[in-house]
Amino acid sequence: MDFSFTEEQTLLRNMVQSFVQDNYDFDSRMKIVRSEEGMSREIWGQFAELGLLAAPFSEEMGGLDGGPIDIMVIMEELGRGLVVEPYLPTVVLCGGILSRHASAAQQEANLPGILGGEHIWALAYSEPQSRFNAGDVLTSAKADGEGFVLNGTKAVVAAAPWADKFIVSARISGEQRDRNGIGLFIVDKSASGVSTQDYPTVDGNRASEVTFENVAVSGDALIGDATTGLSILEEALDHGIGAICAESLGHMKSLNDATVEYCKTRKQFGVPIGSFQVLQHRMVDMFMEYEQSVSMTYMVNMKLSEGEEERRKAASGAKVQIGKSGRFVGQEAVQLHGGMGMTEELSVGHYFKRLTVIDTQFGNVDHHLKRFASA
Amino acid sequence: MDLSYSAEDNAFREEVRAFIKEAFTPDIRRECERSKNGYISKDLHITWQKRLYEKGWAAPNWPVEHGGAGFTPTQKFIYTHEMEAAGAPHTIPFGMTMVAPVIMKFGTEEQKAQYLPDILASNVWWCQGYSEPGSGSDLASLQMKAEDKGDHFLCNGSKIWTSMAQHADMIFCLVRTSNEGKRQQGISFLLIDMNTPGVSVAPLITLDGPAKDQQEINQVFFEDVKVPKENLVGNLNEGWTCAKYLLEFERGNPYSGGLHRTLDKLRELAGDIEADGASLLENADFSAKLADLERQVMVMEATELRIFSDVSAGDNIGPGSSSMLKTRGTELQKDVSELAMEAIGQYGLPFVEDTLASTNESDIGMAGVAPITPRYFNVRKTSIYAGSNEIQRNIIAKAVLGL
Amino acid sequence: MDVEFTSEDQAFRAEARKFIEDNYPKHLIGADRGDLSKEDFLAWHKILAEKGWVAPSWPEEFGGTGWTVTQKYIWNEESAAFGTIPPLPFGIAMLGPVIYTFGNQAQKDWVLPGIKSGETWWCQGYSEPGAGSDLAGLKTRAVRDGDDYIVNGHKIWTTLAQHADWMFCLVRTGAEGKPQAGISFLLIDMKTPGITVRPIITIDGGHEVNEVFLEDVRVPAEHLVGEENKGWTIAKFLLGNERSGIAGVARSKKAIDRLREIARGELEDGAPLLESSDFARRISELEIDLTALEYTELRTLASESKGQGPGPESSILKIKGTEIQQRITELTMEAVGNYASPWVPQLDRGDNYRAIGPDHAEGVSQTYFNTRKTSIYGGSNEIQRNIIAKMVLGL
Repeated sequence: MDFSFTEEQTLLRNMVQSFVQDNYDFDSRMKIVRSEEGMSREIWGQFAELGLLAAPFSEEMGGLDGGPIDIMVIMEELGRGLVVEPYLPTVVLCGGILSRHASAAQQEANLPGILGGEHIWALAYSEPQSRFNAGDVLTSAKADGEGFVLNGTKAVVAAAPWADKFIVSARISGEQRDRNGIGLFIVDKSASGVSTQDYPTVDGNRASEVTFENVAVSGDALIGDATTGLSILEEALDHGIGAICAESLGHMKSLNDATVEYCKTRKQFGVPIGSFQVLQHRMVDMFMEYEQSVSMTYMVNMKLSEGEEERRKAASGAKVQIGKSGRFVGQEAVQLHGGMGMTEELSVGHYFKRLTVIDTQFGNVDHHLKRFASA
Repeated sequence: MDLSYSAEDNAFREEVRAFIKEAFTPDIRRECERSKNGYISKDLHITWQKRLYEKGWAAPNWPVEHGGAGFTPTQKFIYTHEMEAAGAPHTIPFGMTMVAPVIMKFGTEEQKAQYLPDILASNVWWCQGYSEPGSGSDLASLQMKAEDKGDHFLCNGSKIWTSMAQHADMIFCLVRTSNEGKRQQGISFLLIDMNTPGVSVAPLITLDGPAKDQQEINQVFFEDVKVPKENLVGNLNEGWTCAKYLLEFERGNPYSGGLHRTLDKLRELAGDIEADGASLLENADFSAKLADLERQVMVMEATELRIFSDVSAGDNIGPGSSSMLKTRGTELQKDVSELAMEAIGQYGLPFVEDTLASTNESDIGMAGVAPITPRYFNVRKTSIYAGSNEIQRNIIAKAVLGL
Repeated sequence: MDVEFTSEDQAFRAEARKFIEDNYPKHLIGADRGDLSKEDFLAWHKILAEKGWVAPSWPEEFGGTGWTVTQKYIWNEESAAFGTIPPLPFGIAMLGPVIYTFGNQAQKDWVLPGIKSGETWWCQGYSEPGAGSDLAGLKTRAVRDGDDYIVNGHKIWTTLAQHADWMFCLVRTGAEGKPQAGISFLLIDMKTPGITVRPIITIDGGHEVNEVFLEDVRVPAEHLVGEENKGWTIAKFLLGNERSGIAGVARSKKAIDRLREIARGELEDGAPLLESSDFARRISELEIDLTALEYTELRTLASESKGQGPGPESSILKIKGTEIQQRITELTMEAVGNYASPWVPQLDRGDNYRAIGPDHAEGVSQTYFNTRKTSIYGGSNEIQRNIIAKMVLGL
């Protein structure tokens, strides 16, 4: 039993922390968000140089041999800076799938581009009708000689406007919600028949509706096979949950610090409003929500590599916690900042919005409570 | 970061489980399952604690030199967790975890020799004299007087919410020995023999409806009670320091083991309850509520593991953490007891007077439901006692947030 | 005790409903508040003015409708059920009552007609950066100079000031005594030199509120309402009025209907979300809470029709009303699932903008974020609780 970080992990945290402080203050962040592209290629290049993009991969793959705890450390610090660059989809989701389940040839062809910062990836799995069920797949993959032909639409694909490559879930066989028959395909965004409708999202990120129209892919674009597709995908989403739990810790910590600071300095009726017990207790509740979220985030990231049942239960339990805590902390931070909390000018509202999206991302509280109960 | 126990820890856990299997005999188990308020009869409490004493585990928190169990922090966590999970009796805290650490820290060598061995062996039953009718959350306003009469103090006043005072041989009291300076400065820590003339105990009847002599709390009256000078612990007028020291000990406990057990029992019970022709467990709303509580207990456990794995042997977990555990733990206890009462529907209504519900009458409706409603009412106390949850939030606001 | 409406009331309801259906501008049906131009805001207002129904709460002598309390209630219900854009509140609900209660004849003569016709758009200059919950801490100063006041200061959270012709303003005219004692109520022409309006963009991406800077603004003394240094009485009077309509029961009912409609259209594992027991339960909980609020409002209404003004109980309506509004918008956002994320604020939409996901998902997260303001404005819910603690519980 040990909840402490290794020396390497502490160094990693310090490095990311100071990088974010130096290069990603709130003004710089808003400049990036409002730019035409909506992300900074320069920052992404620096991520590669700092080794962040290689952190969780094994040495054989050219990585730094880290794991979920390292991702957790990185995501928490990226959360403090509200970083929009697509670390989650590229490294955690797609990189994770490739490193755990792709063939040696697929890894050789694709991982160097991720580690080196040349390619951005997006995981195209949700569909207009699928809500939070990753196994509800209408996009079809019809066998065609050695390869497949993809048809269908993927909904709200995070980071798709920036992506060079997708991992796409598509149905090879079976009915719309069968667990079996789903394949995961590597698809170039530039492939003929792929089109996107790009747009910003609530939290300052970018996403797309991605349409596949008779997109031909070769047989070696398929990761694993049709019997394992969904479980590979669900495992990746649980890793994603571990990562956004950590990210949300960064948000909640920032909001709690800002709120306490504001209440200590904001004076009404001749005294700091932080001297009112009603408001103090509210901030204590925010603090306790944060602490509970820390516990669950550590727990889920330690359990990601355990058996499927343990992993599912941990991931859903943690996701419910950060969904609820994030919402509570976000709403209260706005409330305690009063009108100022409602403005675009302050970072408070932006943390709140990212936390709001995190509740929906990979399934909301209701969804994961049901999954927790059935695990 | 690593969630697994070492081989030694696993072996220790097996040892604890084996001990429980042997020592937690059916007579004690039955009363624990049936108790409305967490207490069982006096002789069974003492029997249980003497079994722990013989094993050397009576005092997990004491230093080894005084007979403590010498557990590592992880062992202490495992020990408490397993005890909670089994539903074993709580050690009566007033001697073992309250007054003893104060005597160890502030007492004279004579006091240590006189009191500690009997506490460890459960020969003497203690109770706690802190709150007064006019002094609750604002403890420092207490009024019970102890006048210096040369070789003794003359005590007059009253203490309230005194748990199990009807069983007690001794009471430790905060008394006012001076009205000078700040209110906290005139308080002293005094040990009083309950058999001294002038001490009387009156039961307070709580919402859960205890039977005669089974009440949990009391008011204790002191009328011209003579207390020998040597019963003063620490310096005169410095009792507040002892009080604060004690409060930290009172709170730093894990809750998840007991909560897990209660929820497991509730799940079992709900499986036997019918609603609309199906088991209550198949009811989506109920099972969602149950799952959410199970999830929250999981969060509680993760927090406890994180906090307790972080302290080294002999340390306290600090005021912020202990206040947080107390607040969240007691809130969950209340939520769990509430869902249990919801689950049993109309069978929550029959009132069983016997506090231990240990009569041989069968429960009305279905087996096991009798203590559920009384417990719901009884656990309302948990967010009030040992520093109300409002006071805990004040502590966190000050100690952690710097407000 | 009786909760039935009389046949007269029923007839009135039918008349009101028909009038709205026949006359409400077609292009504004279901319009999003964020989309509205100045003309849109005023379109329905002007139709009501012509009909004589724009200010039902005013006394008849000033142009009120003479309706009973119940009729006013019915009118509000029907308006909300249809989803009309209410007449501008700054004049009708806020300033109008102040003027006919505290203003002199000349002020009544020029201010009230402009409010009713919609010709004058008013905005409210109350809060300041340093004076929010503690409104009496305001610092904007008005110094008498001959027949004028010279005003210097800084107002904030001024709703729709970008459209306003005039502002009613709390200013400090005296520094003696309690902070409340030196405040005056002044009407200021927004075209006066020295006034600058700066937009504040809120987290929903909208431009609804503003900062107003006043630099050596010359205001004729005849625009003082009531006596100098007695403005606090007026301010309190106005805030009391502002709170009474805030429960928004009828509008919340409509919002729940819409939520249910959305949940019927959203699928979860192939079945309508509305059939999910969790989701249905949460809608039911909302409806029950709303019913409790409705009956609380009806009780207040009943005592009002017996001549008792809205008391501190109106704080309950504000707290519960806004909490329910916030929960509805939250649940609506949850209902649309992944399609709550796309975010193209009104201000950023080009001509070839095309909606993302189902139509009903449009704007739901904006509305959620926007509605967070309701527990802050009009006296924050913390302040409302203070009021109840003091005035009702006697604490």
